[in-house]
Amino acid sequence: MALKMVKGSIDRMFDKNLQDLVRGIRNHKEDEAKYISQCIDEIKQELKQDNIAVKANAVCKLTYLQMLGYDISWAAFNIIEVMSASKFTFKRIGYLAASQCFHEGTDVIMLTTNQIRKDLSSPSQYDTGVALTGLSCFVTPDLARDLANDIMTLMSHTKPYIRKKAVLIMYKVFLKYPESLRPAFPRLKEKLEDPDPGVQSAAVNVICELARRNPKNYLSLAPLFFKLMTSSTNNWVLIKIIKLFGALTPLEPRLGKKLIEPLTNLIHSTSAMSLLYECVNTVIAVLISLSSGMPNHSASIQLCVQKLRILIEDSDQNLKYLGLLAMSKILRTHPKSVQAHKDLVLQCLDDKDESIRLRALDLLYGMVSKKNLMEIVKKLMTHVDKAEGTTYRDELLTKIIDICSQSNYQHITNFEWYISILVELTRLEGTRHGHLIAAQMLDVAIRVKAIRRFAVSQMSALLDSAHLVASSTQRNGICEVLYAAAWICGEFSEHLQEPQQTLEAMLRPKVTTLPGHIQAVYVQNVVKLYAAILQQKEQAADVQAAQEVTQLLVERLPQFVQSADLEVQERASCILQLVKHVQKLQAKDVPVAEEVSALFAGELNPVAPKAQKKVPVPEGLDLDAWINEPLSDSESEDEKPKAIFQDEEQRHAKQRPPEADEQELARRREARKQEQANNPFYIKSSPSPQKRYQDAPGVDHIPVVQIDLSVPLKVPGMPMSDQYVKLEEERRHQQRLEKDKRKKKRRERERRGTRRHSSLHTESDEDIAPAQRVDIVTEEMPENALPSDEDDKDPNDPYRALDIDLDKPLADSEKLPVQKHRNTETPKSPEKEDIPVMEKKSKKPKKKEKKHKEKEREKKKRKEAEKKPSKEKKKKHKKDKEERTKDKKKSKKKTPPREGVAEPMENGALDEDPLPPMSSYCLLAENSYIKMTYDVQGSLQKDSQVTVSVVLENQSSSFLKSMELNVLDSLNARLARPEGSSVHDGVPVPFQLPPGISNEAQFVFTIQSIVMAQKLKGTLSFIAKNDEGSTHEKLDFKLHFTCTSYLVTTPCYSDAFAKLLESGDLSMSSIKVDGISMSFQNLLAKICFHHRFSVVERVDSCASMYSRSIQGHHICLLVKKGEKSVSVDGKCSDPTLLSNLLEEMKETLAKC
Amino acid sequence: MNSSFTEIYRQGKLRLQKWYVPLSDKEKKKITRELVQTVLARKPKMCSFLEWRDLKIVYKRYASLYFCCAIEDQDNELITLEIIHRYVELLDKYFGSVCELDIIFNFEKAYFILDEFLLGGEVQETSKKNVLKAIEQADLLQEPQEIES
Repeated sequence: MALKMVKGSIDRMFDKNLQDLVRGIRNHKEDEAKYISQCIDEIKQELKQDNIAVKANAVCKLTYLQMLGYDISWAAFNIIEVMSASKFTFKRIGYLAASQCFHEGTDVIMLTTNQIRKDLSSPSQYDTGVALTGLSCFVTPDLARDLANDIMTLMSHTKPYIRKKAVLIMYKVFLKYPESLRPAFPRLKEKLEDPDPGVQSAAVNVICELARRNPKNYLSLAPLFFKLMTSSTNNWVLIKIIKLFGALTPLEPRLGKKLIEPLTNLIHSTSAMSLLYECVNTVIAVLISLSSGMPNHSASIQLCVQKLRILIEDSDQNLKYLGLLAMSKILRTHPKSVQAHKDLVLQCLDDKDESIRLRALDLLYGMVSKKNLMEIVKKLMTHVDKAEGTTYRDELLTKIIDICSQSNYQHITNFEWYISILVELTRLEGTRHGHLIAAQMLDVAIRVKAIRRFAVSQMSALLDSAHLVASSTQRNGICEVLYAAAWICGEFSEHLQEPQQTLEAMLRPKVTTLPGHIQAVYVQNVVKLYAAILQQKEQAADVQAAQEVTQLLVERLPQFVQSADLEVQERASCILQLVKHVQKLQAKDVPVAEEVSALFAGELNPVAPKAQKKVPVPEGLDLDAWINEPLSDSESEDEKPKAIFQDEEQRHAKQRPPEADEQELARRREARKQEQANNPFYIKSSPSPQKRYQDAPGVDHIPVVQIDLSVPLKVPGMPMSDQYVKLEEERRHQQRLEKDKRKKKRRERERRGTRRHSSLHTESDEDIAPAQRVDIVTEEMPENALPSDEDDKDPNDPYRALDIDLDKPLADSEKLPVQKHRNTETPKSPEKEDIPVMEKKSKKPKKKEKKHKEKEREKKKRKEAEKKPSKEKKKKHKKDKEERTKDKKKSKKKTPPREGVAEPMENGALDEDPLPPMSSYCLLAENSYIKMTYDVQGSLQKDSQVTVSVVLENQSSSFLKSMELNVLDSLNARLARPEGSSVHDGVPVPFQLPPGISNEAQFVFTIQSIVMAQKLKGTLSFIAKNDEGSTHEKLDFKLHFTCTSYLVTTPCYSDAFAKLLESGDLSMSSIKVDGISMSFQNLLAKICFHHRFSVVERVDSCASMYSRSIQGHHICLLVKKGEKSVSVDGKCSDPTLLSNLLEEMKETLAKC
Repeated sequence: MNSSFTEIYRQGKLRLQKWYVPLSDKEKKKITRELVQTVLARKPKMCSFLEWRDLKIVYKRYASLYFCCAIEDQDNELITLEIIHRYVELLDKYFGSVCELDIIFNFEKAYFILDEFLLGGEVQETSKKNVLKAIEQADLLQEPQEIES
């Protein structure tokens, strides 16, 4: 041993330590990867050594490599080894490595449970601390469940160092194992008033985090926190508490009112910027939650805005940034207070820090009004021109569009101006947001009817200069606007001044270089234009011109037919055929314009984006159900692929709709209109604005006329949006004058009246009448649309599970799982059984990794097997005899069998013959009617009780009923009978047995002394009923309580075991059995199974085993195997019990 | 609170990283790479905060080292800066005017200090004195053992 140590330390001298590794890596800058792979090889060698110091050093190096990005997951098991080192130096490194590289997918993590538990209860606070720290990084749901109780206990540790760590880690435990929240919460709450400020602050931290996610459950803590807030001077704690209040106030406005004062005091007094910032944020949150417009709160808002202004004006970029950020929160509810600082915000747009500029942009969004929109956008447009980076420019672009389009174009008074802004934006090179501009163009043109004429003129100009837009060779996003332009010109072609010119522009060869989807739109809209032109020419009886247009199409369309894009090709060839047909008809002088236009008759209405979603699913309609059962795989294989050539039938189906005759359609339309009229949920589009003009009386009509005069519609060049700004100013001035005139008149009229008009000229938003009487067409909603706009919560939110009512009293079932010994409640909770299994594993970390992996696999299998019985356990044993015996091995009473079978695998003897199936049930009695087998189980919770499970099997063809079991009680053992019955009464069996059926009944016995085996005589009486009649029968039996039946399989760690043996309180006894041929492996399994022991440690052919009686006697065994013989040395706190047990064991062994 | 991590790097090299949310190595690497790029691309006069995915990144540069924290939307940026600063102070006190090499060669110590200061992403000890005391005592526990072995 000593030699080994020396050898180990000599080895170590030659090993690289961390410093060497780091130095080495720095010296091998050229071939770092090679050097590191060499190091990893060395580390692998080091990990194979027994010396823990060498291993720890290796793991430490690995941790460094992990940081550099190398995978070290293969060493997870070695890390656990180092974690379980007894020396703090190594343990610390082990836990560090684990916290750096373990995650939920690390499979060996479950092996750490027991080690961590041990460290948590270590007498050294630093062991505990290091375990807690590590655990906080890699806690999994399993670990959380198994260790929750241990950590909860640590929350009341004597040392504040441990308490505060335990409190903090509880948050992680709650997240992983939400069931622990309720049982642990009372103690957590206690910690809010812990004498140690560190612990207190930890508790505040945890509760604040919890409350932020689910505030409503923590409202009851508000008074306590209020007290803390007014008393605490620790800024860290204050920030947390204030944040917590920010989360609580939306739920309880009264709290908000109470908070305003202390918060404003803090804002006035504190010098810590972080606290000031937090206070301002919370005041904002409070004010948002309070009903706005309360006069006494405008002061607080004013205060906040003032303070924020100071932040923004600060030279520190960080404060500037945060000031703007907070300002944007105020903006949402109190835009007026922020708008006063527009100058400051606009100033920030010029800041050199891009993130500050972006924040300022956010603010602008909320600051615009009808009055200043044009001005602000003008400013932004100059920034667009100046902006150097494309990202910032793109950001500006989207902001401009956002600002203008917000709340349904609320602030736009002049849409012509907006369209020209959009057109100007198309000149941006290399922007990604062409589609955004396009979407805006389409939206405005569709929804603002009055603007269509103007929009069309602009778009046709754009199409005309398409070569400018799409000039750059790289496909930039801006050509998307051509999509919109083409569509608008086509759809609203009636507004086109020079349709012919636009048509030609759209048919230029250059167009074929555009992306496919744009070409497709071009092709489609060419026909719309064509239809319009045709109509125009025919009305003018200009036959030749009409034919020329047709000829143009026939000439130019083939370039699209050749397109590589399927959509373009298909549309183009259809249309080419159509046009050729028209050409033929034209040659015969047949008027065609009507029919061609009919293709595009009717107007498209905008549909709300969520329209489809809002249609409720009609009752009784299951969208997931198959309409036709899907064809089986074999069938579909036989069939030819349908996708390409659709069969006749389908084509017919497609043609059907047009067949419905006109009358029918008209009738249906009428019916639908009727229905819509009666349906209150149907949102009708407002009447056409053009009609309104005609109906509208005098004054309203005037602006339209003005605009028509002032806008240079017929000038084909691009308009400058700036012109509009000027125009708009003039227009507004005009308006004001008019209004003033009217006011004057009115004033004259009410000269003597009490009302006094302020002579100051304040122009509020509402005063500005929009230039166009534009009606924004409401988007169409489907019938039956649901009015609500509910946004689904994210079901994957990890914090949702913590939405738990904490004020309800704790139920018994909610107790945290305490580490229990295995037989206690095993049948009820299969998950808990995992705990002892894990303990076993972690005890033997010395095993080679390979073996370990095998074990892992085995374990998984076992787990699966374990799950089954839990499902089956409620099923009665209504199976035939054979099945029953098999079934028994799995069924609920078989915790020991599992242990028994599991043991050999654990010891790595997988190649050996498996043991024959074992059953702990032995025969009690049997006759021609019935067969009884039984098993006795004790529980550590009840030191004088055992449960006898009796399986009754009906072997006859009679129906067995009124079964009753009775025993002659002895002084030591008594059958527990129902209350009120005498000692001579039997206990009824709670079921009847039809022929061939078996079932299990349980009887409880109270036992005084367990050191001796004993037998009880008893009788089972029952009525057997068959065709001939019923007879009263009985069956006598002797119930044998062996000493083994008082034992409970209990795992034991080797160190605890050693301590137990050293304590010297145990008496000793031994036996030897010869002539044993069974392998040691199976032998141990047999002992484990039949005598309810567990293996503590096994070395070669020697094993130590442990068990415990229901009355708490420890029984330790040392089992040694010689040639064909086995000797068992036992130690036990009761000599009689021991000798009896050994006798029983001798019997078992003799059978081997 | 610091839902994610603190890390340090210089010229794109990681010197320290700590994650308070368990992620797979692959994800960690991806995030790190992305962040290193973003943060190093920032100009010196820019503010210390940036929005990244649904998190906020708070970073601060000390000499050639960037210290970087990811926090959640509602967290306080200024207090996070304070945390970074305090950690640097702790390193400074422990190593005695810390330099990058100290952190490289004693990276485990740097971690131990961090672990005493933050736990699970939350500040566990606001007193510098207490943190250093805990570290020193733990070191004391370690040293006799080291001599022994």
